[in-house]
Amino acid sequence: MKLALLSDIHGNIEALEACLEHAAAYGVDGHAFLGDLVGYGADPVAVVERVAAFAAAGAPVVRGNHDTAAAGDRSEEMNAIAEAAVDWTRDQLTQDQRDWLAGLPLLAQQESICFVHASAAAPERWTYILDTGGASRSVEATDAIYTFSGHVHGQALYYCGAGMRMMRFSPVAGIPIPVARHRRWLAIVGSAGQPRDGNTAACYAVFDSARAMLTFHRVPYDYRAAAAKIRAAGLPEFLAQRLEKGE
Amino acid sequence: MARPLEPGARVGNYRIESCAHAGSMAMLYRVSGPDAGFPLLMKVPRFGHGEATESIVGFEVEQMILAALKGPHVPRFVEAGDLIDDPHIVMEWVDGRCLAEWSGDGPVPANELARLGAALATAAHSLHLQEAIHLDIKPLNVMIRPGGEAVLVDFGLSHHAHFPDLLAEEMRRPIGSPPYLAPEQVVGVRCDPRSDIFSIGVALYELATGKLPFGAPETLAGMRRRLWADPVPPRALTPALPEWLQEIILRCIEVDPVRRYPSAAHLAFDLTHPEQVTITERGRRTRTLGFSKRFKRWLRAAGWEPGPCPPPTTQLAQAPIVLVAVATRHTNEAQFSALRAAVRQALALEEETRLACVTVIRPLSVMGGATEEESASAIHLRHQVQLRHWAEPLRLSQERVSFHVLEAADTAEALVDYAIVNHVNTIVIGAPPPDMPGSRVISTVATRVVAEAPCTVTVVRAPGITAGSPQADTPGGGAV
Repeated sequence: MKLALLSDIHGNIEALEACLEHAAAYGVDGHAFLGDLVGYGADPVAVVERVAAFAAAGAPVVRGNHDTAAAGDRSEEMNAIAEAAVDWTRDQLTQDQRDWLAGLPLLAQQESICFVHASAAAPERWTYILDTGGASRSVEATDAIYTFSGHVHGQALYYCGAGMRMMRFSPVAGIPIPVARHRRWLAIVGSAGQPRDGNTAACYAVFDSARAMLTFHRVPYDYRAAAAKIRAAGLPEFLAQRLEKGE
Repeated sequence: MARPLEPGARVGNYRIESCAHAGSMAMLYRVSGPDAGFPLLMKVPRFGHGEATESIVGFEVEQMILAALKGPHVPRFVEAGDLIDDPHIVMEWVDGRCLAEWSGDGPVPANELARLGAALATAAHSLHLQEAIHLDIKPLNVMIRPGGEAVLVDFGLSHHAHFPDLLAEEMRRPIGSPPYLAPEQVVGVRCDPRSDIFSIGVALYELATGKLPFGAPETLAGMRRRLWADPVPPRALTPALPEWLQEIILRCIEVDPVRRYPSAAHLAFDLTHPEQVTITERGRRTRTLGFSKRFKRWLRAAGWEPGPCPPPTTQLAQAPIVLVAVATRHTNEAQFSALRAAVRQALALEEETRLACVTVIRPLSVMGGATEEESASAIHLRHQVQLRHWAEPLRLSQERVSFHVLEAADTAEALVDYAIVNHVNTIVIGAPPPDMPGSRVISTVATRVVAEAPCTVTVVRAPGITAGSPQADTPGGGAV
């Protein structure tokens, strides 16, 4: 099975559609969504509708911190810009859509794969995995061979090297990486809807379970349209500029 | 897989024919199976209780990296079995001699050593261009095909910038064959292509002298000695070794990677153009450095911390080779200065750029006529002088520029062949004048070079030369 892994779409329908189209051309036959469907972007409704349709067809979808906040749980402290975006997003969504977001699991496990937005060690704490220690704790929290996550917007692959601790690898877009089943792996697939590494292209990844290969992708999309909608919606200007700069 | 496989045994689609080599880490078998168009070799690791994990991981690394490599300098990959259930790799059986066979019968003569070294450097460069670093180059891991091409084998300790380095760990320690390890490998760095250049230097030293420059230490302290120790100059052991070859070998095995060749292509270049090697004290010395110099190196080594390294091709991009075709048979100042301006731009981009100034003259044997009295060497010298004169305004240091007079009937073919053999990254060539008779129907040298060269070609036209302009009377680049 070829599984498209999408995370941190953040209400950016242009980026989501570009990734889905790219994945279809790549021959994927399954999808998984790793949280933060909404927040920041101007199309939360369109994104939720699109992802809910995949969920109804059996795709795993886990909840992110922005989804949680937009659904009404404001216990997490956020910066002013994120707060403003969350408030706006909540008003766009219907009650049913907010309930659907609130009902998403924090972690989903399918056979050897764990899907989780942040760290599997304590998904509700929204811990960023920024180093090998954090990656190790997330991997050790489950018995999964593969852990697929988001939350951190840049792509990374953590793996068990020769030593005791996990190692970090910065993947090159489009290169299939063998991820043998006798090791344990944690992939951060990167943000589809709000890349922050100076590259405007959307991030996602494809996991080919039959061949045990993982490919990270970067997909150029119409970020001008997405930025224009953010401005038209009266969302903070910074969020539009962020898409234009990719950082 | 504790017991060796018998001839006739089957592994997947393959039948074991004979055992080619029984190593401590793996068994190699000649096999037959689905026709690949070349003879086949199967590598089966010797997994078992008490085996070093490195040999298992090394096999995994080799499966991953060999499958990603292409070209004549690696065995062609056919297929690999599951690492747990059916560990094996099927690859091309390389027809040739192992480089280690040369080390048995005394010092290898300089010209043969240069030929072998250039083949080895070319193979390493091909690997580096594919984002891979071998990290275990030694005579046992090099095969020389009957045509002289080198093939690197055994990628169990290699690094590929596209894949996670399964041998890396936070506690860095040396992995590899102690005599050939570069100093940075001793402290655990696994991502510098210049480590391969060091190992090539050790292999050349060994073939030239029969000795290893840093011995064969078994302890970490012994391996660390090469961070400051100064090897005995090869000419002290083999007095017949020419200075240019010692210059090359000692430059390869400099402690600091920055002082080595910036790319294996530059090394291959020097090995194929001995007359162009600038000989310094390094090439002339016949004794080790004095105590004070060694002490200084020791102090530097004590505090040495390797820096981060970018992917191999990023490093190679900083050390390109630029070929400029200068038409010494047709002095055209406007064209000459336009060529210089273009070369200046190319050189300004990267400090490590190397410039090869080339002119092509007709084969002297068929020239006859007015030049009959002039000896061949005098003709060469005349063109050399013109090339040097052309390059003078660029004010390049001797190590960065070289001059080559080629004899050929077909100018374009000679330039393209030269570019291929010398791993040239960019060719700078003059354009034919726009109104050169027949230039629209007959292909000129420049257009043929553009069509046939394996690299970027910059075609230079002097400003002010347009169709019908009076200056355009010499067939500039069209007759390099």
